[in-house]
Amino acid sequence: MDRIPVLRMGSLLLITIQVDMHDKLALQLQDDVTQKISDWGATGVLIDISSLEIVDSFIGRMLANIAAMSRVLGAETVVVGMQPAVAITLVELGMSLPGVRTALSVEAGMELLYGAIARPGWESEDERAEA
Amino acid sequence: MNELAEIITQNEEQIRSEWMRDIAKSLQRSDLMSKAELEEQSRTVLTALVEGVRVSGPTDLTGRGWNGARELLQEISASRARQGFSPTEVATFVLSLKQPLFAAIRREQSKSQDKLFDTVWVATEMLDRLALLTTEAYIVTREELIARQQQELLELSTPVVKLWEGILALPIIGTLDSSRTQVVMENLLQTIVATNSRYAIIDITGVPTVDTLVAQHLLKTITAARLMGAECIISGVRPQIAQTIVHLGINLEDVITKAKLSDALALALDKSGRRVVRMKPGAATPTDTAASPNKEA
Amino acid sequence: MSVPKREVVPLKSSTDVVLARQKVRQCAIDLRFSLVDQTKLVTAASELARNALDHGKGGEMTIEVLNSGARSGLRLTFEDQGPGIADIEQAMRDGFTTGAGMGLGLGGSKRLVNEFDIQSKVGQGTRVTVARWK
Repeated sequence: MDRIPVLRMGSLLLITIQVDMHDKLALQLQDDVTQKISDWGATGVLIDISSLEIVDSFIGRMLANIAAMSRVLGAETVVVGMQPAVAITLVELGMSLPGVRTALSVEAGMELLYGAIARPGWESEDERAEA
Repeated sequence: MNELAEIITQNEEQIRSEWMRDIAKSLQRSDLMSKAELEEQSRTVLTALVEGVRVSGPTDLTGRGWNGARELLQEISASRARQGFSPTEVATFVLSLKQPLFAAIRREQSKSQDKLFDTVWVATEMLDRLALLTTEAYIVTREELIARQQQELLELSTPVVKLWEGILALPIIGTLDSSRTQVVMENLLQTIVATNSRYAIIDITGVPTVDTLVAQHLLKTITAARLMGAECIISGVRPQIAQTIVHLGINLEDVITKAKLSDALALALDKSGRRVVRMKPGAATPTDTAASPNKEA
Repeated sequence: MSVPKREVVPLKSSTDVVLARQKVRQCAIDLRFSLVDQTKLVTAASELARNALDHGKGGEMTIEVLNSGARSGLRLTFEDQGPGIADIEQAMRDGFTTGAGMGLGLGGSKRLVNEFDIQSKVGQGTRVTVARWK
């Protein structure tokens, strides 16, 4: 595989990482995400890492970079499905990925993103009723 | 000193039967071992002993000839430790060989007092060392047993409880060292995934002291949970703990802490969009409106 | 499948790093390490292999199965003939948690293993040896 596919679902980008990435592939993904956010005007990025058995400092930094770059472009990023062993190892490694929002599953991640997209200057029915 | 080997061989039957008689008197553990088993064991031990003395002499127990006897005694000792014999009982098994052996030596060497003394001395040293060997083997076995039990205790002592759909509680009793933290983390994180729980309340009421190390362990657990997409709330913070945390300058800025578990639960319910409402008496039947932690619309 | 006692893996490209990870993973599985221990070891291997490639300008990794009495373990040695590290202590402290810069991931890797040793000479190269016991 020479590229990790970036799928579009409405205003969201969906990325499922299923392969053991080599560094070039990871950098390519960073580029693709930022490009697609710009091309499609996406406001949310969901990265599913539930198949990743290893997340080392390079991949960790890639995730943090994607989150940061996306934010600059006006999109929120959520990383979902980190495996327990991976979480334990990352913490031991000293990476806490601040600035990267996380969720337990794709569903939870989408809830988070739709909620986030809804927030800026956008009131929901209930909020308007309370005001 | 192969005279000793000779003496034992010449008097083997008598030594063994006297030995058995002495053991039978002092080691009344027929609940743990049958007479036949005991006899068989002593036969093999005596044979191994003779082999040891004959090949490597009575003083150097590390000699090649003693390999068989050493292994045999270690095996016997370990199995007795597992069966529940006391360390004294195990050592006595070897030490009670002294009397019959000395009696045999006296019979054979009564003519020369010096020789008698020397032989007895060598014999007693040999048996003492063998007895110590069995005691050490016993201790090693017990330590292994204790280590295994500790491990089981470790795993049992940090249960993860489901309080509500998506809300877990982790009551920690006792100190939190690094090995325990590993077990706790793995347990908690796996349960988070299995139950799809977004909130985990870590209750530290049962943790006696929270110093910088314990705080680090807690923070590691919380960070790992966060990386997975779950949020931790610490509850059960006692006043003394709060003071210690401040004095030590431990930074808990990113962590929500509550004094009581009930407060933590209320917070988790709130964050997950739920509210607990008191029903007016007689307003509705319990089955209609009772909320269940396991089925929600 | 028996585990080879000793195997050398070249680290000349980024795909080699992936291969190295997979080999270490397989060895750890064969030795029946727990999942968490496997993950820690493979992650450490990934860090150190990348170091050898990026900072050391390429090198090799040696996998050795260890047998000490009742215990078994895995030892990994990462060797390169690169520029070497001038201040090892500093390198161990530098982290990616600081955000800026690369950080050699050495300090972090040390925490993932039971044994850690590093030898480095400026202008000659670096050798990092780590081991994890079951």
